[in-house]
Amino acid sequence: METLGRAFGDALGLLWGMDSTLLEIVGLTLQVTLVALAIALFLGIPIGAAIGLARHLPGRAFLVPLIYTGMGLPPVVVGLFTYLLLSNRGPIGGLGWLFTPAGMIMAQTIIAFPLVLGLTMAAVQSVDPDLPIQMRALGATRRQVALTTLVESRIGVTAAVVAAYGSIISEVGAVMLVGGNIEGETRVLTTAIVLETRKGNFALALALGIILLGLAFLTNLVFHRLQVRQGGP
Amino acid sequence: MRPLILVVVVVAALAAACSSNDGSEVEVLRLATTTSTNDSGLLDAILPSFENEFNARVDVVAVGTGQAIELGTAGDADVILVHSRAREDAFVAEGHGTARYDVMYNDFVTVGPVGDPAAMEGTPLASEAFTAVAETESTFASRGDDSGTHSKEMSIWESAEIVPDPNSSWYKSLGQGMGATLNYSNETGSYTLTDRGTFLSQKESLPELRVMVGGASIDENVDPSLLNPYGVIPVNPDKGSISSGLADQFVAWITSVEAQEKIGDYGVDTFGQPLFYPDSEAWRSR
Repeated sequence: METLGRAFGDALGLLWGMDSTLLEIVGLTLQVTLVALAIALFLGIPIGAAIGLARHLPGRAFLVPLIYTGMGLPPVVVGLFTYLLLSNRGPIGGLGWLFTPAGMIMAQTIIAFPLVLGLTMAAVQSVDPDLPIQMRALGATRRQVALTTLVESRIGVTAAVVAAYGSIISEVGAVMLVGGNIEGETRVLTTAIVLETRKGNFALALALGIILLGLAFLTNLVFHRLQVRQGGP
Repeated sequence: MRPLILVVVVVAALAAACSSNDGSEVEVLRLATTTSTNDSGLLDAILPSFENEFNARVDVVAVGTGQAIELGTAGDADVILVHSRAREDAFVAEGHGTARYDVMYNDFVTVGPVGDPAAMEGTPLASEAFTAVAETESTFASRGDDSGTHSKEMSIWESAEIVPDPNSSWYKSLGQGMGATLNYSNETGSYTLTDRGTFLSQKESLPELRVMVGGASIDENVDPSLLNPYGVIPVNPDKGSISSGLADQFVAWITSVEAQEKIGDYGVDTFGQPLFYPDSEAWRSR
């Protein structure tokens, strides 16, 4: 209990002090997470919607379970895979992305993409199947059908965004491997927590954890407001 | 739904069956130690004979020296085996441990990229080599994790009268274990300080790195500051729920000539040299 109490005190102290090292870590955490999320959304929502609408796609019986498996990709395996790709001995080592934020974004995009894809697909499928048929009958283009269906399933799509965001902001295995937890360069909140725990600074580690949760909560508050504005619950 | 419920029940029953196996009379010793003793494979090689002799099971928690000491301080470990002399002495002085005993030593080496941009190869003293790194601003990877190796690195910078700045372009503070730091150095062509054991055990996957200071074996290492002694400390039984009897037996066992011989033999077959050198009082006076 003593450690817990001290952690809350430390967390408040850290926030109050707004120390530049902490700001840097929080800034990089948000940068990596949000850029990876944006790429995953840009790719995942249209492809997810397309698969959701294509109910008679050949190979669907194989594709859908594949996507569902992707939704549970172990981050540390993604990290390892990305590491090997970006290593000097790897096929795209020439990019020089290993131990940089760009590499971390790549790994987190790989984690977030199947989540966005799968949940968007499920959300689109939950829309009344007669809707696209009626729209087509009324002369809508494929593009218009897809857009309207997405708007109809916006609550589910927002859930996809929230799930992907939550899974990558709290992820540690991949960013540790690919980023290397370098102070002032690739250290994010989760890797800082692992480091402080290893050092035995449990209170500071827990304080960083509280800041991470606070950050996740604030962002989700924003997502929820968007959801409410769209007429969701 | 019915098959699903069946699956859940079977899995739960299996889980219960597995966990009930732990209820036998084997006494458990929690050993908090550094990653180097565990990652090198030493503990896997020597602990079974202790476990058999005393009908005990050793739960190894392999962490940084900082956390290992913290685990002992909190009473979450029964005995600690670490390598940071100043902190070990403080741990005992503050009453967290009963006494510190010599166990073994190995040595640190400075490794670096084969191109050797700081031209340090063959420099006898680590502090001179570190000065060369700073002067040429060659990339240096620091553990940065408050471990025994990190403490040693900081003391070498201190004796070179250099204060490295993690925000500078050449000094990288990783905050990771030895293995990860070596991989980083191999990928980025950085210098780093490592214990010889971890470097030897990982050497196959580090083609870009070579020993720059410290020579091919401990006999060639002329810098006395690179010696790396390990100590064992039973945690003070005052902390409650400490298996202090077993902890004392463990200390007596690991410092015994028999166990010390096992320590000295480990690694000779694979690396052509021991990874750790026995150094207990009993061993020295045998």
